[in-house]
Amino acid sequence: MAVVPLERKPLTLAERTYLPQIMQGLKTTMKHLVAPAVTLEYPEQRPVISPGYRGVPTLVKDPNGREKCVSCQLCEFVCPPKAIRITPGEIPFDAPNAHVEKAPKEFDIDMLRCIYCGMCQEVCPEEAIWLQNQYSMTGLSREEMVNNKARLYELGGTLPDEHRKWDKKKAAEEHGNAH
Amino acid sequence: MFDFFFKLPAWIQAAIEGLAVILVIFPIAGVCSMAERKVAAWVQDRPGPNRAIVPWIAWIPFIGKFLQRLGVFHVMADGGKMLFKEDSTPGHVNKFYFIAAPLLAMIPALTTVTVVPFGAYLDEAGKVIPLVLASLDVGLLAVFAISSLGVYSLILAGWSSNSKYPFLGSVRASAQLISYELSMTISVLPVFLWINAPGTTGTLGLARVVEFQSQPGLLGGAWFGFLMPISAFIFLTCLFAETNRQPFDTIESEADLVGSFHTEYGAFKWGLFFVAEYSHMIVGSGIFMLLFGGGWNPLPWVPLATVVDLLHQLTGWAFTIHPLFVGVLSIAIFLGKIIAMLFFFMMVRWTVPRFRYDQVMRIGWRVLLPLSIANLLFYAIAIALIQK
Repeated sequence: MAVVPLERKPLTLAERTYLPQIMQGLKTTMKHLVAPAVTLEYPEQRPVISPGYRGVPTLVKDPNGREKCVSCQLCEFVCPPKAIRITPGEIPFDAPNAHVEKAPKEFDIDMLRCIYCGMCQEVCPEEAIWLQNQYSMTGLSREEMVNNKARLYELGGTLPDEHRKWDKKKAAEEHGNAH
Repeated sequence: MFDFFFKLPAWIQAAIEGLAVILVIFPIAGVCSMAERKVAAWVQDRPGPNRAIVPWIAWIPFIGKFLQRLGVFHVMADGGKMLFKEDSTPGHVNKFYFIAAPLLAMIPALTTVTVVPFGAYLDEAGKVIPLVLASLDVGLLAVFAISSLGVYSLILAGWSSNSKYPFLGSVRASAQLISYELSMTISVLPVFLWINAPGTTGTLGLARVVEFQSQPGLLGGAWFGFLMPISAFIFLTCLFAETNRQPFDTIESEADLVGSFHTEYGAFKWGLFFVAEYSHMIVGSGIFMLLFGGGWNPLPWVPLATVVDLLHQLTGWAFTIHPLFVGVLSIAIFLGKIIAMLFFFMMVRWTVPRFRYDQVMRIGWRVLLPLSIANLLFYAIAIALIQK
């Protein structure tokens, strides 16, 4: 790479008085004085959340209303700050989605520990845990800051499911090929 | 009503006048802190404080909302906070001087006002009588003498805080204020050389300076800012340094001194330093306007008397030459100019970055002082030639 030596010119008298620069600066300041505000007035105006945002982790249901989590506990295992605590449970035999076999009995995410890294979402084989758009999480006590299962589903809602893995599995089973 | 006032004993009159002036200066200093926040916000492209509102003003449909957006009620919120928060005194300080320092800061800040004329009225003969608390001949000399006492409060605050940063800050304060006072005093000498022409009674009174700027003729009506731009510039620069404003606020530079002399202060004691600083700014801007900006004359070459005359002839209303109306008009013009200056102070704050301490000293001693002496010599010779 060619080295271009630059000659550093000595400052002129006008530059050494700082005055032309200060005048220029005052002009810029004046321009900004009348320019409209670029900030959001937060509680009333909310920012636009861009896709891929990692907000509060939530649990989601599939379009049939089935809870997607199968309590494999991978997220609990991968969670760096150990914010997730799962108590696995079984789905009763007479339930319509009995073939899924397992679902969490309890699912707690301690938001005082969560670091919003998104590893739980990355590791989930069922695409059941999602970091969605909610960015503000407040509470008055430690208990309030722990999201239990009901709260997690309330926050998560329903997301579209393009794989429909368990539907396909059930259909295949009924047609006689289990895999 | 006027007769009643003039029949009062002289000391009661003086006390009432003094209180009236303080009652104007103090709120302006308070509002300044708000204006500072608001102007800072506008310059930084954000809306600034705009939440606080008094409930029964919120009921006024359009105006209430406007005032809230303007943030005027934050003055009350700020002041209330300052008054009611815990006023803690650290255990390691010298209690007496620690408490005395903010009080001492207020005294020179409010004392200098006494010799500053802030308006004028016309008597029956049409002569302009300045409005001033104490019309002393020492005028500007008294201002310089008393306002430089302000540094004692900073030194006391820094020393009694018994902690490193305040101490360093107060040492800086004394060095900076002393170095800039020199150039400041020398820079105004041409003005007084010019007005104390041979054959006139000598004075350092500020009212006389304004009188000189309201004469007829091209040279007489010109403000001294036009006749002596270098003097005005040096005075203004020194004013920034003397009032600890950016770019010369190395004294309380948060970055290297954590706020310096007021590091250990909080609540109302800190607020007093703040108000004293703004009072200094107000009085300083007032003196700048009296010396170089024509005082209460609305425009260059248009003195107050002409405006009042014109107003009287145009409308024919008798009250336009009433002393009360003229007095209020002149005070309004003068206050308008001071507010414009304060606005300029704020604009400069958000334009020029803070000088380093060695740069402050270099500018003071190696640039401004020689420049002001050269300026003085030039004008001394020029005035000697003109007035010989």
